[in-house]
Amino acid sequence: MRKVSLTCICCPLGCPLEVTLEEGKDPVVRGHTCPKGHEYGRTEVTVPTRTLTTVLPVPGGDPAMVPVKTAAPIPKEAILPAMEALKGVTLTPPVALGQVVVRDIAGTGVDLISTREIPVK
Amino acid sequence: MNQPELVIIGGGPAGLAAAIAARKAGVEDLLVLEREDHLGGILNQCIHNGFGLHTFGEELTGPEYAARYMARARELDIPCYTGATVLDLGRDKTITALSPDRGLFQLKPRAVILAMGCRERPRGALNIPGFRPAGVYTAGTAQRLVNLEGKMPGRRVVILGSGDIGLIMARRMTLEGAKVEAVAELLPYSGGLQRNIVQCLQDFGIPLLLSHTVVEVHGQRRVTGVTLAQVENGRPIPGTEQYYPCDTLLLSCGLLPENELSRQAGVELSPVTGGPVVSEELETSIPGVFAAGNVLHVHDLVDFVSQEATAAGENAAAYLRGEAPAGEALPIQTGAGVRYTVPAALDKGRTGPVTLRFRVDRPYKKKAVVLTAEGQPVLRRVRPVLAPGEMETLTLTPAQAAACRKAETLTLSLEEVSP
Ligand SMILES: Cc1cc2nc3c(=O)[nH]c(=O)nc-3n(C[C@H](O)[C@H](O)[C@H](O)COP(=O)(O)OP(=O)(O)OC[C@H]3O[C@@H](n4cnc5c(N)ncnc54)[C@H](O)[C@@H]3O)c2cc1C
Repeated sequence: MRKVSLTCICCPLGCPLEVTLEEGKDPVVRGHTCPKGHEYGRTEVTVPTRTLTTVLPVPGGDPAMVPVKTAAPIPKEAILPAMEALKGVTLTPPVALGQVVVRDIAGTGVDLISTREIPVK
Repeated sequence: MNQPELVIIGGGPAGLAAAIAARKAGVEDLLVLEREDHLGGILNQCIHNGFGLHTFGEELTGPEYAARYMARARELDIPCYTGATVLDLGRDKTITALSPDRGLFQLKPRAVILAMGCRERPRGALNIPGFRPAGVYTAGTAQRLVNLEGKMPGRRVVILGSGDIGLIMARRMTLEGAKVEAVAELLPYSGGLQRNIVQCLQDFGIPLLLSHTVVEVHGQRRVTGVTLAQVENGRPIPGTEQYYPCDTLLLSCGLLPENELSRQAGVELSPVTGGPVVSEELETSIPGVFAAGNVLHVHDLVDFVSQEATAAGENAAAYLRGEAPAGEALPIQTGAGVRYTVPAALDKGRTGPVTLRFRVDRPYKKKAVVLTAEGQPVLRRVRPVLAPGEMETLTLTPAQAAACRKAETLTLSLEEVSP
């Protein structure tokens, strides 16, 4: 049996979690105050995931940078490879809010979407 | 348009929520003045997610959260002048503003909502010895450069101050290929949200040096390094100095409500929050001038900014209808562990629930937050953790609020919880 102490990151409450791992059993989460926290405790000890947010250049847009995010959390180890894959990527305005800007980022099966509407300048 | 009855200064989340609420409450002639070219305020540069969990039940990024309020304001046909900077606010609520397309113009509304947000404590206020080489930025300026202009301020970075912007920028700079050597924090604890310490530092192995500060900035034209030292009782401990080569020093040393205009108008300001002292209606010392959001007190959660601003908008509408007869003010005293409350007083003439927001003076584990009226506890809530970096909220039911309004003295404090 192994106990892992974590700080929940689902919301700014930052609940202190304790996850108990036992061979062949589901992890047992304690200290969470919502279902999201429970889920976080489980996945953080098995497959940790993060939502990646960054920006991409949109020459001729107003403004000329568009903020983007992964449409769903991706594995933590895929964060830096995803940034690498975005090097040199530029977009053309207009960009719609929620528009898919890169499909299947770094082989994660998750799309990268725009989080702001960028009209032509 | 007609002379607006209500002018909202600032088009960030506070200004937008206030305008939407005022319009919904029936204010026809209102106007939002925003000095930037885009609405949305600081949210435009906060591209990370974590906004709106309380309001929308999902985690949005800053721009997405702003877009929802901008869309609502558009639907309600709320006029917003962007690129319009308010230069002066008079005691009689005369507003003098400047915009490239309108030139200098004056407005004389019957009510005003202050929603100017906050700004970062500048370097000058921090008193770091050494030259003033290039490469020293506030974290918010760096955030703006990277996220809105696509420019990297440097490649090898030390961050002073573990406030949220500093933590967020540690991750941001790392993702963009910079090496963040360390985040130094003067206090023995971080003022940032736990989630940011986990997600922005621990994920990338960036050390957080608590009880540390910058004792020297090296380099004459451009930063070449900084010396960090451990501190005790606010003073560097000799012999603990360590040199960190870097080309960039980011300062994340706290935010100050932006109250130049309020000061010009003669609005009474709180020495604790740096924002206006407000009544239960969020009305400042000048009748008809309301305040909400970071201009009132620095918030860490935008959801609460929107809630507070919604109340300010509704109260301004009531003021314009000639309602809101402010009763006698009942000040809320701050007892052990509580730095301030917003509002700072209840209105004896009001009915209905009350939302009190406050901050504690240092981190605590397992304490009871107690509101006492006339020495009798009206409300007692046990909190497992309390931190100065996380604003606390206490909601009084109409019955609890009524009990408070009858009292002569009211105190909010932290108390021990018997095990
Ligand atoms: C780096 C950072 C990270 C954050 N992270 C989170 C998070 O993860 N989750 C969360 O919920 N919250 C977060 N917040 C908090 C939240 O974003 C803020 O509390 C909120 O945006 C404040 O809203 P506001 O409208 O009061 O101020 P602002 O957004 O600053 O808006 C004020 C507006 O007023 C305008 N203005 C100022 N003076 C004038 C003038 N004289 N004339 C005309 N216009 C003027 C400014 O240009 C600006 O647009 C974060 C804040 C920062 C700074």
